[in-house]
Amino acid sequence: MLNLNNVGKTYTDQNQGRFEVFSGIDLTIEENQFVSILGPSGCGKSTLLSMVAGLESVSEGAISLEGNDINQPGPDRGMVFQEPSLFPWLNVQENVLYPIKKRLPKKEAEERVNHFLKMVHLSKFKNHYTYELSGGMQQRVAIARALAMDPKVLLMDEPFGALDEQTRHIMHDELTKIWHETKKTILFVTHSIQEAIKLSDRVVVMGTRPGRIIADFDINVSRPRRRDDAKVIELENQVMDLLKDEINKVLKEELDHEASH
Amino acid sequence: MKLAIKRILFLVVVIGIWQAIYLLNIFPAVVLPGPFIVFQSLYSGFLDGSLLVALGASFKHLLIGMSLALIIGTILGVLLGKSRQADETAGMYLIALQSIPSIVWVPLSLMLFGFTEFAVIFVVVLGGTFVMALNVRSAIHNVPPQLVRAARTMGTKGTELFFRVEIPASIPYYMTGVRLAWAFSWRALMAGELLSNGPGLGYSLQFASDFAKMEQVIGIIIIIGVIGAVVDQLVFSKLEKNVLKRWGLLKS
Ligand SMILES: Nc1ncnc2c1ncn2[C@@H]1O[C@H](COP(=O)(O)OP(=O)(O)OP(=O)(O)O)[C@@H](O)[C@H]1O
Ligand SMILES: [Mg+2]
Repeated sequence: MLNLNNVGKTYTDQNQGRFEVFSGIDLTIEENQFVSILGPSGCGKSTLLSMVAGLESVSEGAISLEGNDINQPGPDRGMVFQEPSLFPWLNVQENVLYPIKKRLPKKEAEERVNHFLKMVHLSKFKNHYTYELSGGMQQRVAIARALAMDPKVLLMDEPFGALDEQTRHIMHDELTKIWHETKKTILFVTHSIQEAIKLSDRVVVMGTRPGRIIADFDINVSRPRRRDDAKVIELENQVMDLLKDEINKVLKEELDHEASH
Repeated sequence: MKLAIKRILFLVVVIGIWQAIYLLNIFPAVVLPGPFIVFQSLYSGFLDGSLLVALGASFKHLLIGMSLALIIGTILGVLLGKSRQADETAGMYLIALQSIPSIVWVPLSLMLFGFTEFAVIFVVVLGGTFVMALNVRSAIHNVPPQLVRAARTMGTKGTELFFRVEIPASIPYYMTGVRLAWAFSWRALMAGELLSNGPGLGYSLQFASDFAKMEQVIGIIIIIGVIGAVVDQLVFSKLEKNVLKRWGLLKS
């Protein structure tokens, strides 16, 4: 169980002083749950995910995984980033091996690498280097690499944001399959309402200025989900309305800011 | 292949112009010998071994000097790249040192070490060290933060982070540093040898000039240019390109 208790993040900057990204985030995520976080740009989704990963400090409140407080990265949490983050000096196989190379006996580690490469359908490319892979393939390697550590929680920050529509749909199906097979808890950040509703058990909507949670939807639609399912469409519209208000608020603030200068 | 033909044709034209200037007697033949005399002198220089001895000596100076420059430059660069304190204090001076032409160091080196081979090597070391240090510093500053974050989520930290991520991530800039160190060392070597007591290519050049053997002077200038270009193209540029490609930094 992943637990966020009254979590807040404030950056202190020498020039601009304090900047509160969000506060009062309460979230409890059950094991094996697929939770998406949606929200307008700048509301702090990446920041929140980095805090769960242990890359960013927690300004207030506490984050815990199975009762243990999180304050640094750990092998119980694997992360897939939006930006390419494979090591270009290693080939596909070595990249996936990287997190377990020093922790597992050689044979076991290699077996695990092969297992996850098979899962993401890249066995044939195990000797290729990153520059020889498409964006979608690179993200699949990144997913395999995160899974190789056998984390309890998989954190994904807009992992398919840079992919074309077609590839993205294929990745959705693969991720759903992987999630069923590995029984991971997944915390998935996205910009896309459709993506969130298609994939998740639960969609958490964040608002901005101040950053906070404004809604939490359970998606009780059986999988595989179709885009023209009435329930899906209804949910999409609901979330869309919520987000529209938030985005308009941001735009209005920015216009006011410009007008007053 | 077409490119090679174009380049050869261009060279033929240049040599033709040279021959024409020679035939028209624009400069006295003692000052500007024709291309055939120059090639003949090169040929006999290789045949009697005198040029080979000079080349061997030059490469020895270069090898020792450049190795030292790479080692010292790497250490300085890592220091400046990793320590903000060191960078703020000494970084500026490194740029100043880097901008000093190698020939300026020659008189100092000769005073310090006399007319020895080490005086020449010292100039080569100074020629390559600073450019190497600056590039290693950039290499470390340019490690993509994204890769460091990714490594941290996989439990890498401290010295392990330095060896498993920061060093390999720096290799492209490092290779650029090595290529530039070669170019600067080669120039410094010639500057140092010109004023030395030999042996070496630069010394042979000075010697030929003192005895007004212009065909040798021009011949040696050609050798210096050819070696500079060939080593750059066949070794360092190639190495750098391969690295950039692997690291995904080359848009082809
Ligand atoms: N290191 C930092 N120092 C100061 N402010 C920061 C820092 N990192 C992020 N911020 C600010 O925190 C806010 C949230 O950033 P974050 O990247 O988490 O947003 P996001 O919701 O992921 O946006 P997007 O959807 O565009 O990726 C932004 O306003 C950003 O300017
Ligand atoms: Mg983000």
